[in-house]
This record gives sequence, C-alpha cells and structure tokens, in this order.
Amino acid sequence: MDTQTQRKYVYEPSKTTEPDFPSASRPKGSPFFAHLITFLILFSLWILLSGKFDLFHLSLGIISCIIITLISGDLLFPESKTKGLIRSWLCFLRYIPWLLYQIILANLHILYLVFHPRMMELIDPEIITFQSKLKKELSLVTFANSITLTPGTITVYVSVNGDFHVHSIDKKSAELLPGEMESKVARAFGEQ
Amino acid sequence: MDIVVTAFLVIGLVFFTGGGVGILRLPDFYTRLHPAGKLDTLGSLMMMMGIAVFNLHHFTWGALLTSLKIILIVVFIFLSSPTATHSIVDAGVRAGLEPWTKKERRE
Repeated sequence: MDTQTQRKYVYEPSKTTEPDFPSASRPKGSPFFAHLITFLILFSLWILLSGKFDLFHLSLGIISCIIITLISGDLLFPESKTKGLIRSWLCFLRYIPWLLYQIILANLHILYLVFHPRMMELIDPEIITFQSKLKKELSLVTFANSITLTPGTITVYVSVNGDFHVHSIDKKSAELLPGEMESKVARAFGEQ
Repeated sequence: MDIVVTAFLVIGLVFFTGGGVGILRLPDFYTRLHPAGKLDTLGSLMMMMGIAVFNLHHFTWGALLTSLKIILIVVFIFLSSPTATHSIVDAGVRAGLEPWTKKERRE
C-alpha cells in the first residue's frame, strides 16, 4: 500500500468515491478462504433475491456464483489475508450500530435546524480541511461516507493521502471533526 | 402491530417533510444538500421499516423474504445516498460555485 499513499496529490474527484485497486499492487496469498466467503455472500444474496428453493434455481445460482467468484473474487477482500478476517468483520459490525445512532442524531439536528424560526442565525456554513490518519483506501471511503451521513457535514473532497475537505453547516458540527469517528473507523478496519 | 407500522410511517413522513422544507428554506446549493442528503436516508429507513413490518402481518416464508428484500433496499440507499450527495457537491465545486458564508454577508 506504500505506493498508494505516496501517490501525488492530483485533483481527480471521480476517483475518490470508487477506489480502484490496481492488480499489480495486490499482495499474493492463498485466496481460498476469501473466495469461499465471497461465494457464500453471493449465494445468500441469490437465495434472498430469487426466493425459489427448487433444484433448478439453486443449481443455477451455484453455477453463476462460482463463475462470479472466479472472475472477481478478490474485489471484496483485496488483501486476501485470512488471518483475523472474522475478527475485523466483527469489529466492522460493531461500528454499524454506532453509525446508525449517529445518523439518527444527525437527522434530528438537521430537522431542528430546518424547522427553527431563526434558522439563518443558527447556521454558519464553511469548508474545513484536515488531514486524516487513516491509510487504507477502504477505510478512507467509509470515513468519507460516514462524514456525509452524520451531523451537519458533507465530504467535498478526499484524496488517497487522507486530505479531507468537509462542508459543515454550523460551528457545532465542524468542531466534532475528525475526532471520535476517525478512531472508530480506524478500529473497525484494524488500523490501530 | 398496526400502531408500530403507523408510527414508523408517520416518523418517516416527518423526516421527508423536513427534507422538503429544508431544501426550500436554506440559503444556497451546498447547505440545501444537507437536508436533501440526510433527512432522506432516515426518512426512507423509517418508511421501509414500516412497510417491512406491515408485510409480515400474516407470517409466511415468502413474506419474510419480501421483507428482507425491503431491508436490502435500505442498505443500498445507505451506501449510495452519501456517495450521490458527495458527487453532487463535487460537481458544484468543480463548476466553481462559491459556498454561502455568513462573513461574506456582513461585508
């Protein structure tokens, strides 16, 4: 990932929301476990979406899931490290309820602002910039999306180096960044 | 059961109404995206939860699958909504639109 982090600061916003993993930088490892999990996720999605449990539809699902797994099996787990995979997913699952709670707080805050009679005095929009400590692209993307979802802030721009430009709607929500959420994301992706 | 469904739908409606009012009241493009991007996510979460619970009125496995599909819609909204908001803001920045601030107003 070192080549990724040292990449020059280029303003290419279309690249920021969908990280591309160049196949050259993918570490080689035994990908069997990652493929198995990818297959299981795909197959449960197939069962959920098809809703038919007869042999024909299930075998069709198995065949197509195997094909997809062989073609793009390393997209979900690009590092293909089987060690600690389950633990990191548990950490990520623990991050989701906290995020939901923050989303509800954010919505109540915006709702209060919107219906407030003297709204123009309460809001004070500005663009703030800060440097994030996060390294992995996936955690940067998650952090950017979490910022957009939570109190009064929208990510304007994020680079692969971790430069964040955030539009905040009032002073109170600007002070909260980067703060607690960054460490939560770092813990969820095992960066600490 | 009906009370729960109604409560979910009403709360969702309040959030959607807030989103609409916010888009009308806030001063500029960037601040308008705040209610548009956020109140919609929780509003649709509440609405979809209401529909999913209502769908389970008479419990069958087919109804459970349908409810899970409805929950899946919420998951995809939560993934795509911040990304869409981000790209709209980004388009505004690249077009050179200055954000509205209070300091400019005082001058």
